[in-house]
Amino acid sequence: MLNTSEIFSTINMIKDQKLDIRTITMGLSLLECAGEDTPRKVYDLVTRRAERLVEVGEDIEREFGIPIVNKRISVTPVSLILSDRTDPVDVALALDRAAETTGVNFIGGYSALVQKGATKNDLKLIRSIPEALSRTKLVCSSVNVGTTRAGINMDAVRLMGEIIVETARATADQDGLGCAKLVAFANAVEDNPFMAGAFHGVGEGDVAINVGVSGPGVVKRALEDCKGQPFDVVAETIKKTAFRITRMGQLVAQEASKRLDAPFGIVDLSLAPTPAIGDSVAHILEEMGLECCGQHGTTAALMMLNDAVKKGGVMASSSVGGLSGAFIPVSEDIGMINAAAAGTLTLDKLEAMTCVCSVGLDMIAVPGDTPAATLSAILADEAAIGVVNQKTTAVRLVPVPGKTVGDWVEFGGLLGRAPIIPVHAESAEAFIARGGRIPAPINSLKN
Amino acid sequence: MKAIISVLGGDRPGIIAEISGCLYRHNLNILDITQTILSGYFTMVMMVDLAGMNVSYAEMTAALNELGEKLGLEIRMQRSEIFDAMHRL
Repeated sequence: MLNTSEIFSTINMIKDQKLDIRTITMGLSLLECAGEDTPRKVYDLVTRRAERLVEVGEDIEREFGIPIVNKRISVTPVSLILSDRTDPVDVALALDRAAETTGVNFIGGYSALVQKGATKNDLKLIRSIPEALSRTKLVCSSVNVGTTRAGINMDAVRLMGEIIVETARATADQDGLGCAKLVAFANAVEDNPFMAGAFHGVGEGDVAINVGVSGPGVVKRALEDCKGQPFDVVAETIKKTAFRITRMGQLVAQEASKRLDAPFGIVDLSLAPTPAIGDSVAHILEEMGLECCGQHGTTAALMMLNDAVKKGGVMASSSVGGLSGAFIPVSEDIGMINAAAAGTLTLDKLEAMTCVCSVGLDMIAVPGDTPAATLSAILADEAAIGVVNQKTTAVRLVPVPGKTVGDWVEFGGLLGRAPIIPVHAESAEAFIARGGRIPAPINSLKN
Repeated sequence: MKAIISVLGGDRPGIIAEISGCLYRHNLNILDITQTILSGYFTMVMMVDLAGMNVSYAEMTAALNELGEKLGLEIRMQRSEIFDAMHRL
């Protein structure tokens, strides 16, 4: 029999430290929907295959007593199933209706992979993103602009700067909310369960169950017991905590896979914060001894956290994938929000942090009049970090229409709130206007 | 299938009688039971077998929640695998 302290430690993690399963995401291949009548086929496939996803998620939640915050769907990048006669926005509307019918929180995969070049359907889809995101509620979009093997498609980088601006304008009545559902990636992964960047890669099967775990509060609580201890003790503590969290994710993933008759894909070992008190990645870094997230020392602290989470989690799951690491979405993390408001956490420091953690510049509000070329240049910098370091990086920036530095934006719910932070004022027009491709980096002579 | 029922709250006479009565009515077999007073709080952990349960899991959870409200206690029923996953290799 388990002992009482073990049982209550698990219960406290769930009850007081906000431990949860952040998402069960069902990946679905839409490749069979290509050809004629694509929107109808997409709606039928998604609603048939994911019919029981929410119900099964809720059953597991009740039986195991662990909150499963989101149930979501990811699909094949939609640009791959378009024909000349298909309007991509009709597919977005079909996805939105399917998400509503199945009761999921979001559906991701309104996407194109253009790291080396773009087909006419890729371009058609990318140009439709502002309209698609303004006419749907639950659809998420992503575009991959670079990989370590292909380099960076700077034509796509230029286009994405413009698309981010247009998406903000198209959703200006909601403070540019459309941009919160749009991610530009380098080295995008095919089995990511987290939004807004989830899509079901072409290397995947018909269906897969991917699970994202969370638990910043549990890690912070564990570190409270090692105040003043050296970093090797801190790293060991994080590893042990990540192991426990991930074992729970693996259990839930296997159970969902069995009940939904769909193969288990991966567990994503992520520390995903929410705006709630006690659910912050920034507060973990501050627990290590930093006065405020964003100060000198932050990058080292985040590197150690990210690495220890992976080391602890890998042994706990039979298949690890997705983004796997600590997320640093500014508007979704109370510690990051406070640090950005204090001016300690800047865009430049966030860029440095993305070199050592799982994703990129995430949920950052910038002035509404930021030029498209500047957004493209930020994306180019971020893609460069990913491509040369063989890791995923991404940009999810919101140029909030009509707002500037010092103002605040409220997205609500898990998307949180954020102060508008400054970008560099110098022009990137001539740099971005060049277009073309930054060649793939050399993979030896590493220094 | 086995589950862990955990109970936490202020002590008073009759808690074990009420809870075990509820389990008996729903045909749950108690396999193990540990009870103590921690920092003045009544703390109990039971392992139960759900094989003969005569209602659905959701109905059983609802019955325990109702009893918890009546007695002013937090009562949870969770499948035991979650604790094994976290604390056993």
